[in-house]
Amino acid sequence: MHILDIRNVRKSFGDNEVLKDISLTVDRGEVVSVIGPSGSGKSTFLRCATLLETMDSGTLRYMGETVASMQGDRIVYTKDLKKIRSYFGLVFQNFNLFPHFSVMKNVTDAPISVQKRDPKEVRETARELLDKMGLGDKADAYPCELSGGQKQRVSIVRALAMKPEILFFDEPTSALDPELTGEVLKVIRQLADASMTMVIVTHEMAFAHAISDFVVFMDGGVIVEQGTPQELFEGTKQERTRQFLQNYQR
Amino acid sequence: MTFSTMVGELAHAFINTFLIFLLTLIGSLPLGLVVYFGKKSRFKPLKWLTEVYISIMRGTPLILQIMVIYYAPPLLFHVTLPGNWRFSAVVVAFVINYAAYYAEIYRGGIESIPVGQYEAAQVLGYRKTQTFVKIILPQMVKRTLPAVTNEVITLVKDTSLASAIGTIEMFTKAKQIAVSPRSPGMLTFLVAGIFYYIFNVIVAFGMKKLEKALDYYQ
Ligand SMILES: Nc1ncnc2c1ncn2[C@@H]1O[C@H](COP(=O)(O)OP(=O)(O)O)[C@@H](O)[C@H]1O
Ligand SMILES: [Mg+2]
Repeated sequence: MHILDIRNVRKSFGDNEVLKDISLTVDRGEVVSVIGPSGSGKSTFLRCATLLETMDSGTLRYMGETVASMQGDRIVYTKDLKKIRSYFGLVFQNFNLFPHFSVMKNVTDAPISVQKRDPKEVRETARELLDKMGLGDKADAYPCELSGGQKQRVSIVRALAMKPEILFFDEPTSALDPELTGEVLKVIRQLADASMTMVIVTHEMAFAHAISDFVVFMDGGVIVEQGTPQELFEGTKQERTRQFLQNYQR
Repeated sequence: MTFSTMVGELAHAFINTFLIFLLTLIGSLPLGLVVYFGKKSRFKPLKWLTEVYISIMRGTPLILQIMVIYYAPPLLFHVTLPGNWRFSAVVVAFVINYAAYYAEIYRGGIESIPVGQYEAAQVLGYRKTQTFVKIILPQMVKRTLPAVTNEVITLVKDTSLASAIGTIEMFTKAKQIAVSPRSPGMLTFLVAGIFYYIFNVIVAFGMKKLEKALDYYQ
């Protein structure tokens, strides 16, 4: 059983066909990086997988459960999205923390009020996670009091506190000052070491090379190439991939 | 009439001024939210109706609205209204007028909240009402507080419009006193002005405190 199984995704905005038949499966413990030039549809793809956008056509399954499928030429989404949403978490480029909640409340509110878990257990879990991410002393702080790197780590903790099966990241370090990206990448690496299943859209090529089991290269709404980091970064046969990667070599 | 009797009578009439003020806030602040939802409704007739309502409330003088609400029901429906209708009509007119303004202020506040807040809430599984109540509403309150403060201060002064239909409140009282024989005359209006001013200073102070209390985040 795949954790995520998304197939033949098509998505247009008006006349602009942004995703042209994209498919991806992710199994437990896998780390998949998605790379590609800006505007190639990476975010739209993640947004389709996390139900922030509806696909025009395609199928979507989490944990073997069908979320969306084709009936004839119409796409049909299941009614019970609440359970499906508990399977995944999403870390945004610009954090999207709730500014009026303390760090602790940002992390614990959804597990308590959405998942109806025991508040005591949730708070203990939150403390452990915050400690692990080097945020042990920030539980009572408000987002505006944190650096970008700290905000992003809090948003990762917020996603983890929901105990998702899979975690999506959309350019988690792109909004950060260069000197702050390291602390966030370190945390994601920690998660990879702990076998968290992850799909990461990133422009950090060295990072993608180091932690991914799989790399997907997207361009113009299609997956041009996918394979192991070695296959893509060291021995790509595709001209487009080569060109793209060249822009990232200094 | 002595000066101190005049001040005493104004102070007594101020109770009604304060009541109009308070009842208007209690009614219009929440009603503004209802009006906002009406305007945002996907049910088109409701949306249009709300838009016409807001536009009339903002496009005609409040003093006229007070008179219409006071005089229209007896004329249109030939009903005799209870003795305190005068006061009720004023409060009703103020509530529906201010609700229209608050609805627009709320709309501005809500639309200024980044869409990422909704998206984060959706991914975390919050239902629509939960998202509104827990995530959007508190941020809206903070963002609209300065504009709301302006309206509240205007309301203190607007209460004097109740005198258009002779509702007993401080301004009506001041007019009565000023024209009565052997009264302090124009001095009465000066004192009334001081009452309004002091009340507004207190209101502004209270609102500042409220803004400060919400300063713990940005
Ligand atoms: N909500 C939207 N409405 C219209 N066009 C959009 C929307 N979101 C994305 N697009 C377009 O889709 C294309 C792919 O965007 P995106 O998925 O954000 O790419 P990437 O994340 O790879 O930079 C772009 O041309 C972008 O302008
Ligand atoms: Mg993007």
